[in-house]
Amino acid sequence: MANKTAESISREEFFYGHKACAGCGGSLAVRAALKVLGQNAVSVLPAGCMSAVGFNFPQLCFSNNSIISTFAGTASMLTGIEAGLRAKGYTDFTAVGFAGDGGTADIGIQALSGAIDRGDNIIYICYDNEAYMNTGIQKSGLTPFGARTTTTPAGQNIHGNIREKKNMFEIVAAHGIPYAATASIGYLPDFIEKVRKASQIKGTKYIHVIAPCPTGWGIAPDETVEIAKEVVDSGLWYLAEYENGRFILNRKPKQFTDAAAYLRKQGRFRHLSDEDIAHVIESRDRKWEYINQNFTYGG
Amino acid sequence: MKPYLREKTAFSFDEVPENTSFEAGYLVSVNSGWRSIRPVIDAAKCIGCEQCYLYCPDGVISVRDGKAEIDYDFCKGCGICAKICKIGAIRMEAERG
Repeated sequence: MANKTAESISREEFFYGHKACAGCGGSLAVRAALKVLGQNAVSVLPAGCMSAVGFNFPQLCFSNNSIISTFAGTASMLTGIEAGLRAKGYTDFTAVGFAGDGGTADIGIQALSGAIDRGDNIIYICYDNEAYMNTGIQKSGLTPFGARTTTTPAGQNIHGNIREKKNMFEIVAAHGIPYAATASIGYLPDFIEKVRKASQIKGTKYIHVIAPCPTGWGIAPDETVEIAKEVVDSGLWYLAEYENGRFILNRKPKQFTDAAAYLRKQGRFRHLSDEDIAHVIESRDRKWEYINQNFTYGG
Repeated sequence: MKPYLREKTAFSFDEVPENTSFEAGYLVSVNSGWRSIRPVIDAAKCIGCEQCYLYCPDGVISVRDGKAEIDYDFCKGCGICAKICKIGAIRMEAERG
């Protein structure tokens, strides 16, 4: 029985033997993306889970060329690698960065913005596990409302994070980038297709992939993929693309699954009151109103 | 080809390279000790649909002759494969010994 997605990517493993937690969503995103891009991908990893688990000397878990960058400098190092290899006459390679949500939306946003502005021919993948997981779960700009982290603890008066998730996808799109997309590791064929599409487009490409973290989200290791599906099905995340100045919605759930059930499943949201959940659902509905008005639905 | 586990060679401190000069994909330690449960594939049920291969975060599942196989050296026992398998050909068993 042939699996179309499995046939379309490399059979080789480029991210193997790494020390990520069991059931890590981020490592699945990196593994899948590298299997699309192949041996000639040069990957850049800033401080974050994937660099911490991939380079435990002498264990080198990347079998393509990979390098750790400064926390803020993922995109600028990609720029340098692309320019350097081009100057040396190489043509058949892809410079790809894998930064976490903190490394993208907080610390690395300036370098990313600069690279998009210059139009450098790179792929920037943000694996979003919604907090600084590597250092022990601190709030980042992409932590959603209500989530409990060590810097936004859930107390009697304040129930976890009081801020909404930063709208990174549309911030990047506002640069007029050639290609940007959102994805989820729960919908892996969609993510793989987007990485392939990005690799064929010239200029800066940005893919924002939701990658649940069992440790930080308070879920069982075997629930990672299911919860990544559920966040899309419940409307709290969306699969979309930005290309040629237009927003395209890839998946439109006919009816959202129960967002409250999605939240209650996770340790980080367990403290939420009914009013907090109503707030989450209200901002979801507002977001979808905006999406329905401004995004075109289609493949 | 998958990266493979190298044989352990003892080296003295003055032989340790100053930077990461091993080749890419140089593996010296396994992850099998992390497991408390292990996935076991029922070869009679497996139809080789490769869903488990696709969704394994560690890439330890490969399909040979239409049947899934697991590299137990690097499997961490997360159980994603057992959940993603629609036909129930993978079950999780407690590690013994």
